[in-house]
Amino acid sequence: MTTRAAPGEISVRRDGAERMGFFTDTSVCIGYKACEVACKQWNDLPSDGGELRPGGSYDHTGALGAATWRHVRFVEMVEPRPLPLDDIAPVDVAAAVADMDRWIFMSDVCKHCTNAGCMDACPTGALIRTEFETVVLQADVCNGCGYCIPACPFGVVDRDPVDGRAAKCTLCYDRLRDGMEPACAKACPTDSIQFGVYEDLVEVAQRRVAALQDRGVQGAYLYGAGDGDDDQLAGGLGAFFLLTEPPERFGLPAHADSPIQENVVPATLAAVAAGLAAAAGVAAAFRIARPARGVGRLTLLAAAAGAAEIAGDVMHRRRR
Amino acid sequence: MRARERGAKVIHVDPRFGRTGASSDLHVPIRAGTDIALFGGLIRHVLETESYFKEYVLHYTNASTIVNERYADTEDLGGVFSGYDPGTRTYDPSSWMYEGGEVASAAGEREHSTQAFDENTGAGMLEGPVPRDETLQHPRCVLQILRRHYARYTPEMVSRICGVPEALFHEIARAIVANSGRERTTALCYAVGWTPHTAGVQMIRAGAILQLLLGNIGRPGGGIMAMRGHATIQGSSDIPTLYELLPGYLHMPRAREEELTLADYISSGGADRGWWSNFDKYVVSLLKAWFGDAATPDNDFGFGHLPKITGNHAHFPTMMRAVDGGLDGMFVMGQNPAVGSPNGGLMRRALRGMRWLVVRDFKEVETATFWRDAPEIRSGEVRPEDVETEVFLMPAATHVEKEGSFTQTQRMVQWRDRALAPPGDARSELWFMHHLMHRVMARYAGSTDPKDWPIVNLHWPYTPQGPECEPLADDVLREINGYDVATGEPVPGFDELRADGSTACGCWIYSGIYAGGENHARRRDPGDLDAEGGWVSPDWGWAWPANRRILYNRASADPQGRPWSERKKYVWWDAEQGRWTGYDVPDFPVDKPPGYRAPEDGGKGMDAISGDEPFIMMGDGRAWLFSPSGLLDGPLPTHYEPVESPFGNVLYPQIGSNPAAIHWDRPDNPVNATGDPRWPCVLTTFRLTEHHTPGGMSRGLPWLNELQPEMFAEIDPELAAARGIEDGGWLVVSTERGEIEARAIVTDRMRPLRVGGRVVHQVALPWHWGYTGLSTGDSANDLLHVSADPNVNIETTKALTCDVRAGRRPSPATSRVTHAPRGRAAVDREHPAEGPTSGSSEAGP
Repeated sequence: MTTRAAPGEISVRRDGAERMGFFTDTSVCIGYKACEVACKQWNDLPSDGGELRPGGSYDHTGALGAATWRHVRFVEMVEPRPLPLDDIAPVDVAAAVADMDRWIFMSDVCKHCTNAGCMDACPTGALIRTEFETVVLQADVCNGCGYCIPACPFGVVDRDPVDGRAAKCTLCYDRLRDGMEPACAKACPTDSIQFGVYEDLVEVAQRRVAALQDRGVQGAYLYGAGDGDDDQLAGGLGAFFLLTEPPERFGLPAHADSPIQENVVPATLAAVAAGLAAAAGVAAAFRIARPARGVGRLTLLAAAAGAAEIAGDVMHRRRR
Repeated sequence: MRARERGAKVIHVDPRFGRTGASSDLHVPIRAGTDIALFGGLIRHVLETESYFKEYVLHYTNASTIVNERYADTEDLGGVFSGYDPGTRTYDPSSWMYEGGEVASAAGEREHSTQAFDENTGAGMLEGPVPRDETLQHPRCVLQILRRHYARYTPEMVSRICGVPEALFHEIARAIVANSGRERTTALCYAVGWTPHTAGVQMIRAGAILQLLLGNIGRPGGGIMAMRGHATIQGSSDIPTLYELLPGYLHMPRAREEELTLADYISSGGADRGWWSNFDKYVVSLLKAWFGDAATPDNDFGFGHLPKITGNHAHFPTMMRAVDGGLDGMFVMGQNPAVGSPNGGLMRRALRGMRWLVVRDFKEVETATFWRDAPEIRSGEVRPEDVETEVFLMPAATHVEKEGSFTQTQRMVQWRDRALAPPGDARSELWFMHHLMHRVMARYAGSTDPKDWPIVNLHWPYTPQGPECEPLADDVLREINGYDVATGEPVPGFDELRADGSTACGCWIYSGIYAGGENHARRRDPGDLDAEGGWVSPDWGWAWPANRRILYNRASADPQGRPWSERKKYVWWDAEQGRWTGYDVPDFPVDKPPGYRAPEDGGKGMDAISGDEPFIMMGDGRAWLFSPSGLLDGPLPTHYEPVESPFGNVLYPQIGSNPAAIHWDRPDNPVNATGDPRWPCVLTTFRLTEHHTPGGMSRGLPWLNELQPEMFAEIDPELAAARGIEDGGWLVVSTERGEIEARAIVTDRMRPLRVGGRVVHQVALPWHWGYTGLSTGDSANDLLHVSADPNVNIETTKALTCDVRAGRRPSPATSRVTHAPRGRAAVDREHPAEGPTSGSSEAGP
């Protein structure tokens, strides 16, 4: 299968490459934050400094940003009953258990949207669609205009306070090209972050939702994947989530239309040249090897040269 | 999480609702330090409801064994066991022996041991057969003693002591009983929340009793797992960094006449019955590894040159000695007592009392900088120019910059290779010790002074390699495995070790790790996980002893040798082959049939262990519900309050805390009195995922610091409201030892508990901060006092008392004991700090 970037985008194309993504399963996240550290280490991102954030529970990072491409959110929903004031009053154990089982962790990341508002807003072609259908920002092309920042419905993109350029998760594009999984997924001890071929991941995730629902977790659902064609968040999220609470609990929007997608002609025509320049160096052929069980692993089969294909025509995009 | 995904129910008992609680099925908030009461309640529950695993308990434990009539329980004596001497606060354990027990020698040897693992000595206590009542009705049989001992630990009492509501207690009891027996097993996992208490060993013992009653030891999915506080803490007691042990849990010889010769040492450390009857092979092989050709039968293999213990030389007595004068200096490696040990002010005072100090670490930790930036320096109470300690900071390689091994809680040794070279002058511990020893040996070369014999004759065959002159860790592992002295070939395992000097072995329990000349710890083959028993993965790393993954696994089969159930099949007797077989290496003489019976007179060595007695390290082959020896604070776990508690002991009002605990009663180590209204809250310390111990490895890393940037205290909203403390605001936590400031995290995850008819609030402090590093903050340890478990000298860090107030501390000082009068190192009971004179008489009571 060959990747299919929307025709309105600057994209790297490559025979055999498939759409890759993240499935982040909050039901097994233990709030370990290894993803945050592994991301910073691999991508050489600085610490944001850091002060204790009142009300943030154990989340002192606060939000995704130019130097924070993974962010673990801690949602305290602990609602203890008032203390029984009678001596040794009977306790409703089921209720007590339910009360205490409510500290939820969720590792947030760039969604690598099918309809990526940031790309539509980018006038320079710094934001491109890779052969893995991920959205990557080329720092050397970015002019720091910042249009992409309000264009992201998830508040993912941020401007580097030092050099003014935008920055966000690349889904470890460099690692993918070498057949490795992204640093955060590699570091996750419970496989709360799973990486793989997008379509496989969606299947895995749908089975997981069903399994949880069988187990009585009725609230489990997928955020950003598995919806009907006309009902997808941003056309479907390359990085999607299993949630057990409404999205707003995790700071995620219930709807994800980019403001810019309301009435635009994407600003990318001007960027064709820049995209060409960036993509010219990318010329290896890939194939995705699918192991028997679900999540895919990238295997570099050959380094045969292949032309990166740049598409840059202007078209109205399919919108939800 | 994996176990839960497979359907396991996870119950988390912790004063705090933390991340583990969030990932569990049931969180049980408990008042810190009261775990024995909770376990006592569960033990009582399984006894009263007859829900213990009867066949297992009858055959595999000492439930039926009759204890001698001199034994008196805490229930008879108001909170102490028989043999207690209030003057010395110690026990004479002779009255805890089995009926007819030959007690004199065993008890005599054990008295001054400060470690609990030498169950070998207790094993020699009986000359004849063990007296038993298989009907379990004899009033002095262990099961009946247990019943009486725990009779008052009712759900109501548990609730009153622990603050665990009765309904919640019943939920735990129901879950554990339902998940134990032939078809199911329950595992207990404890982290450092169980160890640092004055009754820490007894807490773990209480868990062991419950697990034995339910048949959860020696079986897959059972056991008691210690989630250690560091990598390879297990390894550092196997090949110990402890003063009272030699490698492989051989006890350190004591400076007393009975242990001056090798024969005497073997006689006191070995055992007539059970596996420890091999003691002589292990100690002689160890001496051969250390002294090589110089170790001969004629000179007792050099045994006389081993240092002998003259008193308690554990960490705290040593530090007290530095405070009071008499300790010139010390090496600190991978430790940071200035902020990592309780009563930080006192610890820093000890450091100031030394003439020199060598600190090996990979950053300049507080123990190296105490003389210039400790709180009492910043406050002006102490001037750097008045600190005479000369500090040598030696740069250390990190764990990825050196090769070696980690041993985890399952006793699995995993080798790790060096990933990159250490920067600059940083070097491994192996390099440091090797080159230090070489320099020492050069100084003593040619000496004929008898006292220099062990240095002159030290067998030190390591060959430095490469530009860094780094010795090969592999050579050390070969020595640990053991070898045939004549050929140099690795021995296949400890069965091949000999007491005649023909074998050498650095640590008998690790013998076999290099069998066949291969480093088995380096193996990384998980095997076929879907095959029958494939999940045991014997080719992943190597577990001591003999690559056995579950100890005492003979207990996974019934007395006749059949699996208790198909579902929990693990090791069983193959009658056709006439041997034990299964998924794991059987922990039993492989050809001893289940029907084998020890001789009438009790027998000797392994002959004394019958075919249905799985606990081969014990002289009677049974697991000990009741410990007739081996513990210094009683044969059964008993609820005692922590040394500092807002509450008296409702079970034993006259006693309070563990009567055999070690105290250091001195002005610079004051204790918050029980019930003192100035200290109404319970203080407990904990760790965070994001930081490591007192921060030496983590607070220098910006990526970790931003995840947990500041010292904080977790308190519940009721307490916050009562003291006017705001979430994110500052608060001061104080005790008799000092006061520190921290940011407040006010959260419903902390729950006030109802204890004994009143509400108690708990204050939880991470102990990761200190005064150097990129992220600095006050050290929780400055609030703690020093008291210790008598068996293992482990400090008290989990259950104390304190108060909190809104605001910040008024001065940079955090410790109140900086200029307190010194104490004579008055360790009560027979644990004197090592004095200038030593000898066998000093160690006497």
